[in-house]
Amino acid sequence: MTTELLNHVLRQGDRALVLSHRLAQWITHAPSLEEDMALANISLDLLGQTRHLYTYAGELEGEGNDEDYFAYWRDAAAFRNPLLVEQPNGDFAVTIARQVFHDHAALLYWESMTESADVTLGALAARARNETAFHLQHSTGWLVRLGDGTDESHRRAQAGVDALWPYTSELLDADDEGELRSSGLIGKPIETAWHEAVADTLLNAGLHAPIDAEQCAGGIHGVHSEHLEPLLHEMQHLARAHPGASW
Amino acid sequence: MTAILDIVRSIDDPELPHVTIGDLGMVRKVALDGRIAHIRITPTYTGCPATEQIRADVEAAVVAAGYEPNVEFEMAPPWSTDDISTEGRAKLRAAGIAPPAPAGDGPVTLDLPVECPQCGSRRTRLTSAFGATACKALHMCAACRQPFESFKAI
Repeated sequence: MTTELLNHVLRQGDRALVLSHRLAQWITHAPSLEEDMALANISLDLLGQTRHLYTYAGELEGEGNDEDYFAYWRDAAAFRNPLLVEQPNGDFAVTIARQVFHDHAALLYWESMTESADVTLGALAARARNETAFHLQHSTGWLVRLGDGTDESHRRAQAGVDALWPYTSELLDADDEGELRSSGLIGKPIETAWHEAVADTLLNAGLHAPIDAEQCAGGIHGVHSEHLEPLLHEMQHLARAHPGASW
Repeated sequence: MTAILDIVRSIDDPELPHVTIGDLGMVRKVALDGRIAHIRITPTYTGCPATEQIRADVEAAVVAAGYEPNVEFEMAPPWSTDDISTEGRAKLRAAGIAPPAPAGDGPVTLDLPVECPQCGSRRTRLTSAFGATACKALHMCAACRQPFESFKAI
């Protein structure tokens, strides 16, 4: 059971870290100064969640590995994040579509985890849920403005939704965590609620989910797209060039 | 005992120097065991970069008071802006930062316009839910035409 829980915690930590890094790549490139700060704040919240998850992963694993080990010293194949969060930022509309899909899933996930039988995850969930509610408010607000804005913003928002829809099923309930669920360590399934919530946001934005889109998956089992390795190289090179350095 | 509690509670927040960690409701427990001071602090935001600084400041203050610090961070129950004291709210307002509305148990809402800490008007609008620190949002007042920050209810 500990192995399953460790795998679950790493999936969540890797999801938060990779998305945090993607958002950090927007800093100084966002459409306005306020948006630079907003994306940086969301990135920072995700990094904070990552640190707690990785620290807990180290305790579950019991081999003395700390948060830095999980972030800096594993290669792409060891990462368990869903493919969605490693996808390139694209234009602002693509990033916002990714955030909407992610934030709806993250909010439902943390809400369900507030009832976890695991005390550490339950305590983290109570905090992360409140932070994620702000993230969702931000991303859905933007998607509605883009989708319901000009012809050009609508076109780009729909293109973002179309491009990222194939990566959404993997965000929802993993098929190998039944035992964790039946023992109350992870919460109730989120798939139905996610589809309802996302359909509502898309409707408000005047956008639609693509019909007949094939779904891609593999990230949560360590099979990644070509986009993860360059991201990890950028994120890890300093720690690997100067092992043990501190400042 | 009271002395060490007061010392810990009066430490300034590194990112909001107008208020103390006691005002913010971050000090959960202070207990003395001989010369060892056991202190439990709850972090505010999970990603707040000030957390490590707060630990260092608390440890330094406890050592200066002649005790050996044992500082632990407590995650549950989660910190809420409802934990900020009345005095803390007054200090925030005096520093030009609108204090948070009640957060309660439900989902976060931002329905009521925030009161401008400079002129008291409610004719304000949210310009960004994310400000210069994780805990603050940006607003604009239509009455005095000044931008201001608020502490987000969480």
